[in-house]
Amino acid sequence: MKGGKGRGEARRIEGIIEKVLFICAALSVFTTLAILGVLVFEAVGFFSQVSIVEFLTGTQWTPLFKPQHFGVLPLVAGTFLVTVIGVGVAVPIGLGAAVFLSEYAPEKARRAIKPVLEILAGIPTVVYGYFALTFVTPLLQRVFPEMIVFNALSAGLTMGIMIIPMVSSLSEDAMLSVPKSLREGAYALGAQKHEVVTHIVVPSALSGIVSSIILAISRAIGETMIVSIAAGSTPRLTLNPLESIQTMTGYITQISLGEAPFGSLEYTTIFSVGLTLFVMVLAVNLVGNYVTKRFWRSY
Amino acid sequence: MFKTKERRSGGRALKGRLVYALALLSVALSLLSLVVILGDALADGLPYLTWGFITSFPSRFPSRAGILPALVGSVWLVALTALFSFPLGVCAAIYLEEYAPRNRVTEFIQVNIANLAGVPSIVYGLLGLGLFVDALALGRSVLAGALTMTLLILPVIIIASREALRSVPKIYREGAFALGATRWEVTRQIVLPEALPGILTGTIIALSRAIGEAAPMIAIAALVYVTFVPLSPLDRFTVLPIQIYNWVNLPRTEFRNLAAAGIILLLVVLVAMNSVAITIRYRHQRKAV
Repeated sequence: MKGGKGRGEARRIEGIIEKVLFICAALSVFTTLAILGVLVFEAVGFFSQVSIVEFLTGTQWTPLFKPQHFGVLPLVAGTFLVTVIGVGVAVPIGLGAAVFLSEYAPEKARRAIKPVLEILAGIPTVVYGYFALTFVTPLLQRVFPEMIVFNALSAGLTMGIMIIPMVSSLSEDAMLSVPKSLREGAYALGAQKHEVVTHIVVPSALSGIVSSIILAISRAIGETMIVSIAAGSTPRLTLNPLESIQTMTGYITQISLGEAPFGSLEYTTIFSVGLTLFVMVLAVNLVGNYVTKRFWRSY
Repeated sequence: MFKTKERRSGGRALKGRLVYALALLSVALSLLSLVVILGDALADGLPYLTWGFITSFPSRFPSRAGILPALVGSVWLVALTALFSFPLGVCAAIYLEEYAPRNRVTEFIQVNIANLAGVPSIVYGLLGLGLFVDALALGRSVLAGALTMTLLILPVIIIASREALRSVPKIYREGAFALGATRWEVTRQIVLPEALPGILTGTIIALSRAIGEAAPMIAIAALVYVTFVPLSPLDRFTVLPIQIYNWVNLPRTEFRNLAAAGIILLLVVLVAMNSVAITIRYRHQRKAV
């Protein structure tokens, strides 16, 4: 009888525990809803004062001084410019590194180099910002003497270094999972090593490579500290990498630093810019998920 | 005919060497960047990294400026974040690995966690600003910062913990079930102890990411001139990366060098945390063999 009572009690406790665990897991859904809720709530406050058409199509972003303009395109262009430079650096170097590690490097060297490369991904972004401003920019100024201190090029190049391991690590995994038999078949047909790499390994690993590139793009769009430190704070609709620009993340940081009063128009601008950023990154991530799901080849 | 073939094969060999050279160059460039990034900060900052620097408050005079409030703020932040994120993350992972039925709700939660891991950190900063600082009226406090950071690193902890739980052999669970243990008893007494080293490693790595994050903390804490050490979770605060950012932005070289000294301190903390994580992993591996 005592045992029966204990068992009922145990079952009740089991039920409670399961509910608690479920709530912890469901917290992630709450987080997503909260992100959307906060961004949309504050952005609605913003769009009650500024037309959404002006926001999306305006080519001037001057919310801090009169005459005020609220066109987000200069910030989007800044983000685009830095992202293109960063991904332009990281993709070739990351792919080259992945090819070297998976195809050429002896097993020992691969095991030694891979974790060292991944340190690059673990360095705080503020350190990259410092590096961009105090090392990369002076270096670039020797090449382009007319270039001003804060510019898109320096920030983009440095961001490229930061996302190399993202490209190399995922691409290398994809290349390593290409079965030996495919390589050996190509060798049997008389192919040389580099032909196996360019004609067999890279095409077979393409879905993994593409998702690594998409991940890199998504990271570059959301990167904040490097651009806040090195790219300047001049929203400008330009594709000239030698100019000072501002990204969406850079603008949010700039306003956050000044503690804009809650509910002010200034305060709501960072949420409307944040919402734009969130939607863009989400779109890129969804494309990434789709590519991974649709084209993933398992051998 | 023969000649062209010869030439083509010579071209092939050249191409082969070119591909190899480019691949090697990529690795060399990446490794070189790492050396230069670390070397640059070390060279600039090492002379400024003194005991006085660690124990002083920020100042307008570079020679007197120190990083104490930021250091204490970072310790507060990481301690509170660990307190919140560890139990939440582990419980969520346990649910998904040990309890969750295979249905749409579970799949939705999983996709959701993966997507959250891809949200830029500054967006979490805005979430914290709107939710914790403003709506819940916690102000620009360490507590608001830690709650924000908890949401930011939860996906990382959950993903790492799930992997650790998954690596526990099924036989262990089945044996315990056969002896009449309930699911919670199996989880708590059999699975968790076995998965704990992996979970701890993942958590420490996630927390070390939290220490280096500047963007979301700027949204919460802003650029406050902190001349005190935070004593309660509701005090205002600053953290190492914000203080570094602050110094980088000042035009004088001396302040930039202080930033470099701060960077060295930050990197030392990160290396220390990661070595603890690696030690735990290494010990567990040896035990398993």
